[in-house]
Amino acid sequence: MRIRWIAAGAVVLMLLLLAVAGGRFGGAAATSAPDLEGLIKARGLTPDQVRAAVQTFVPPGKYDEYLMFASGGQSGQVLVFGLPSMRLLRVIGVFSPESWQGYGFSKETEEILREQATAREALTWGDTHHPAISETNAEYDGQFLFINDKANARIAVIDLRDFSTKQIVRNPNAYSNHGAVVSPNTEYILEGTQYAAPFPFKHVPLTQENYNKLYRGLATFWKFDRARGRINPAQSFQIELPPYAQDLADFGRFESDGWVYMNSFNTERAIGGTLDKKPALETGASANDVDYLHIINYKKAAELIASGKGTTVNGIKVLSLNDAVASGVLYFAPEPKSPHGNDIAPRGDYIVVGGKLDPNVTIYSHKKVMAAIKDKAFSGTDPYGVPILAFDKVVEAQVKIGLGPLHTQFDDQGNAYTSLFLDSAVAKWTLGAPYKRGAEAWKLVDKLPVQYNIGHLAAVMGDTAKPGGKYLVALNKWSVDQYSNVGPLFPQNFQLIDISGAKMKLLSNTPIGLAEPHLAQILPIDKVKSWATYPEVGTNPLTMKADPNATTIGKERVVRKGKTVEVWMTAMRSHFTPDRIQVQQGDTVILHITNIERARDAIHGFAIDRYNVNLSLEPGKFETVRFVADRAGVFPFYCTEFCSALHLEMAGYLEVAP
Amino acid sequence: MIRTVQSEVRSAIRRPGGLQIRSWVAAAMLGLSLLLPYWRITLFAPQYPGGLRAAVYLTKVSGESSEISILNHYIGMKPLEDAAPLERRFAVPIVLAGVLAVAASPLLGPRAGRLLQAPAVLFPAGVIADLAFWMWKFGHSLDPSAPIRIEPFMPAIIGRGAVMQFSTYAMFSGGFFLSAATALIALHNLFHWSRR
Repeated sequence: MRIRWIAAGAVVLMLLLLAVAGGRFGGAAATSAPDLEGLIKARGLTPDQVRAAVQTFVPPGKYDEYLMFASGGQSGQVLVFGLPSMRLLRVIGVFSPESWQGYGFSKETEEILREQATAREALTWGDTHHPAISETNAEYDGQFLFINDKANARIAVIDLRDFSTKQIVRNPNAYSNHGAVVSPNTEYILEGTQYAAPFPFKHVPLTQENYNKLYRGLATFWKFDRARGRINPAQSFQIELPPYAQDLADFGRFESDGWVYMNSFNTERAIGGTLDKKPALETGASANDVDYLHIINYKKAAELIASGKGTTVNGIKVLSLNDAVASGVLYFAPEPKSPHGNDIAPRGDYIVVGGKLDPNVTIYSHKKVMAAIKDKAFSGTDPYGVPILAFDKVVEAQVKIGLGPLHTQFDDQGNAYTSLFLDSAVAKWTLGAPYKRGAEAWKLVDKLPVQYNIGHLAAVMGDTAKPGGKYLVALNKWSVDQYSNVGPLFPQNFQLIDISGAKMKLLSNTPIGLAEPHLAQILPIDKVKSWATYPEVGTNPLTMKADPNATTIGKERVVRKGKTVEVWMTAMRSHFTPDRIQVQQGDTVILHITNIERARDAIHGFAIDRYNVNLSLEPGKFETVRFVADRAGVFPFYCTEFCSALHLEMAGYLEVAP
Repeated sequence: MIRTVQSEVRSAIRRPGGLQIRSWVAAAMLGLSLLLPYWRITLFAPQYPGGLRAAVYLTKVSGESSEISILNHYIGMKPLEDAAPLERRFAVPIVLAGVLAVAASPLLGPRAGRLLQAPAVLFPAGVIADLAFWMWKFGHSLDPSAPIRIEPFMPAIIGRGAVMQFSTYAMFSGGFFLSAATALIALHNLFHWSRR
């Protein structure tokens, strides 16, 4: 009996010991590698945040689904992001020199910045606002990207085969611009002047009388030659407009093909003068209740120009305001004052205007506009004789969505998304027939707070004939408390939003710490067919063809002709040939360098110390650098892109003898 | 004599026997081998995720051979394009002569026929020997002034090898296998020479 008890006791003791030991082992395992729930708890994440993280995480080595081209604001560049990760993939040098890409340092890119030497000086910055991907049948085709420089009234052309800038054109008759949009098949890129200025470009004293009479706005239609990949200024034209601040525009498509809708503000023609006790421009410019939506028949304007109407002003054909009015090219419709966004619905049937100071979005019907023009349903004319269509004859609907509506994008389900600057929110609302019918139409359905002061917003192909839905990015102007402080110049805040469900969901924040971007455009990554290396060794990035000055192994040489020393050089891992160049002080030195590599990512830089030279030579690329050797000395040159194990050894000397 | 040959040729073409069919198939495969690589090598290193591939034909080197040559120059190895200049130049006439010999041999009687098929038996072995020779030569004539000095070495012709951070994998390829099949058929013909 006792033995039985002892045995039972021993068994219980052993079980207890096992239990304790097991618990300890279990505990040890938990602390060395916490399970998923433990990790989520330790980081204090909510289930929604975990879902958002999983939804946007792109594992190492995997690719994003979409590309987003965002304006680089005051940096003068274009930023390229991958979605949904929101990782910055590229910066493209456009209006500012960009030393990594050697942009503005080679002869080829210096010419772009100097606008093919037509500019008096190379401007070294730009204010990029509105990227526009080239379109075919009103859908992004991923071939070219255009972007405006608001500060200097310029438009740049970027070739998406090599993601580099090919051309900059400067508006010969405008100081500033706003908006770059393309026609449904990229025949034209439209640029509206932002601030009215003396026309033509000259000094006219700023008095109210002069302003009204001699200052003008312009709609500039740059003709794009797709085969050449360049804007052709000779076939471009402008339409003279009253001195209002012409703003964002959109090209019609399908039923509205051939027409352009363009916003304006300051139809009051305020010119400021605060020190003279006159109202500030901002007060004067928002005195009236309405501004004018410009309705432009650009196909007719192009026909008039082609038939000889219009005069050449500073090298570009201009259709006068009188001719535009007389021939039915230009009409106005009242719009809520100080509007900002002006966006055409996917089928080209509705025009959505966000009046910054009005809680409604105002939706115009293209059909009604056409009928009103036909019926001459005018409520008056402006001081320049432009007919103003009666508001109630052209408006389809107004939807009350919140305070400070700006820009609108669309999805594939008949919904519109409008940024609300004052509310710091995105409003989701429904379009009317044929998108949604009956009680479902023209209704606010959801609102999502964003952080903070949203400007533009971009949905996947959200301004084309075929929106993609799925994601939307809010481009917020203020980040206030969203990031740890890095000084008083705060990063901008991009927020990725899931729009695939009934309710919008905030997924992630991305700080932009280099400038203030404006608009962005998003397209599926496979729509862009870009090169990993230049297809032919010696490709000149301007002509995209092998350059006659490209050279190869064994053909490198130095040739002196009078005071010019020309060098044909190759670059490959890990040497430049030749690696010694001897010139006399005062010589003009021209280096033609070919990267003869074929391996992807075998990039070489080429910098000459103290001579302000740095090139980026991607595999197969040819570039030229030209300078006057005005300082004597022995200047090392070297490869600035870590190319190989012997990268530091990839160097040489430029000897400049006094 | 000529009349005999003519009549044999005529009857062989009209009603080809096993020997003729085998020989013509063998000749066709040998000819076809000119269009395919004989040998392939793949180099693996962390910074080349898909590997670097080169394919050696009797007449040329294709694939990422220029990249391999750039890498080889660091250890002072000559560019791949410099290997076997004579062989590459005469590959087409030699192989075509072999094709003609193998195709014609079953029409010329056992003695001449065997003599004409014998070179085809030895051809693949010759290719291996030549490849090995050039590999050995390249691995043993490294430029002593190269940035990276390594001991002379014999690269692996079949299977895995290693040089610095690269591991290599080499294997015979389509062209070689076709010529080897030709050799096997020719060998069979040598031992079993018959008319039908």
